Amino acid sequence: MNEVYDISHLLAGVMLVTSFALLYQGRIASVVNTFAAQSITLSLAVAWAAWSQDRPDLFITATIAFTLKGVIIPIALHRTVARLGIHHEVEKVVGVGIALMVGLALTALAQALLLKVAHSPENYYAGEQLALALAIILLGFLMMILRRNAVTQVVGFMSMENGLILAATGARGMPLVVEVSVAFSVLIALFVFAVFVFRIRERFDTIDVGALDRMRGDRR
Amino acid sequence: MTGDFLIQLLAQGTQMFMVLLIAPLTVGVVRRVKAILMRRQGAPLLQGYRDLSKLLHKESVIADSASWLFRSAPSLIFALTWVAAALVPSFASGLMFNWAADVVALVALLGAARALLALAGMDVGTSFGGIGSSREMMIATLAEPAMMLIVLTLAIAAGTTRLPGVADFFIGQPIAVRVSLALSLIALIIVALAENARIPVDNPTTHLELTMVHEAMILEYSGRHLALIEAASYLKLVLYLSLLICLFAPFGMAPATASFGGWAIGLVAWVAKLLGGAALLGVWEVSIAKMRVFRLPDYLGVAFVFGFLAILLAFLSRGVGQ
Repeated sequence: MNEVYDISHLLAGVMLVTSFALLYQGRIASVVNTFAAQSITLSLAVAWAAWSQDRPDLFITATIAFTLKGVIIPIALHRTVARLGIHHEVEKVVGVGIALMVGLALTALAQALLLKVAHSPENYYAGEQLALALAIILLGFLMMILRRNAVTQVVGFMSMENGLILAATGARGMPLVVEVSVAFSVLIALFVFAVFVFRIRERFDTIDVGALDRMRGDRR
Repeated sequence: MTGDFLIQLLAQGTQMFMVLLIAPLTVGVVRRVKAILMRRQGAPLLQGYRDLSKLLHKESVIADSASWLFRSAPSLIFALTWVAAALVPSFASGLMFNWAADVVALVALLGAARALLALAGMDVGTSFGGIGSSREMMIATLAEPAMMLIVLTLAIAAGTTRLPGVADFFIGQPIAVRVSLALSLIALIIVALAENARIPVDNPTTHLELTMVHEAMILEYSGRHLALIEAASYLKLVLYLSLLICLFAPFGMAPATASFGGWAIGLVAWVAKLLGGAALLGVWEVSIAKMRVFRLPDYLGVAFVFGFLAILLAFLSRGVGQ
């Protein structure tokens, strides 16, 4: 039991570290690559859960995560970036230091919340896994808030979804149908994002979403 | 009773002089590995000893504007660093002064040595010294919080901040993957590179460049003063390598109850691990470029984040597997 737990904890911890790496990265290409690494780690974590808990349906989730989010979406994002011909540097709202500190505070918040909930010994494993997953979700939110560029916002959204899937594999009794529908809704959201990105670009010649504020007359 | 006492004293003395004796060799190994990887001829392994003996025989030139601080700082820095290096358990955990080998005390000793070095750098009043001191203190303010977080992580895991206690705890544990320990290992490596003025924070081989930190502070020193400062920086490298070995790979270290046989095995294992670590450092330095000074806060911020994450995860996995 302990090794099983150790490895799933390790994989979830690696995912959390990649979430922080997403906040740290300064270039769009490396942001996309880090996201791919996170998705592949997620697929490993899900596959490990499938094998150790003897739930073969989770293997499907792992395969979807690997092919869709580990390979196809990163390639698509790379090609989008190349086609848009945008700046290679990530446009940030605040500096790296502040972003990392806020990220730490969010992680601490996730831990504090989940440790309150799962204090009984038998819930401990699930509780820890859930705390890590919640931290990843919150960091995805943070990334969407702190980035100006729509492509990096999409990556933040997808990494949030990675956290959701991790949470779902930790919890017992999540049916495959739900997972598949979550995966598809995310895919549809990605399409919406893609259309959105291209529309803003056509109209404003940039994908800095700050341009939308100006159009509405909110700022400046 | 007295015989036992003498043996204990002997063991502690061996540790004290071993760290001093092996320090120039360790630096020699780092330089040698770098030279081989760069396909240079390189200096022989024992160059460190020759440098020190050359400097000790040379006359020491002191600027007119130097105060007493400038003259006394090298001895004090050397003494503080030596004490700190001798306290880190190397080949055995049950030595005579192991009650003093507390990580917090270690950080304090090194902090005092650093403050002296920064003051000495500014003492003569040259601009290079001032630049070096100010940068050194910037690195210190960023590295020390991360270092304390790492210390606290280990203290939470092992239940003590005494290094021999921590080492004994990890020797007794089965080999396991622990996220919080892996994170604190990475953070400690980042901090160790910054503290020892290695690439990517500082370039130990450079002279007279605007980017240097450590070398800028000691630019005014010569002769036996320089020898003491160089020896202290060699010792600091050994200290951090020993610390990494003692915390994260204490296998082979003699436990508290061991005697001569255990000590001999521990000594061989420690020397092998130390030189292996030095070789790895050489490979690392060749394969990476130095960072701009103004990117250092980001780099050391990573160590801080990892240290903090390690603490959070250590709290999480408390009560499990212990």
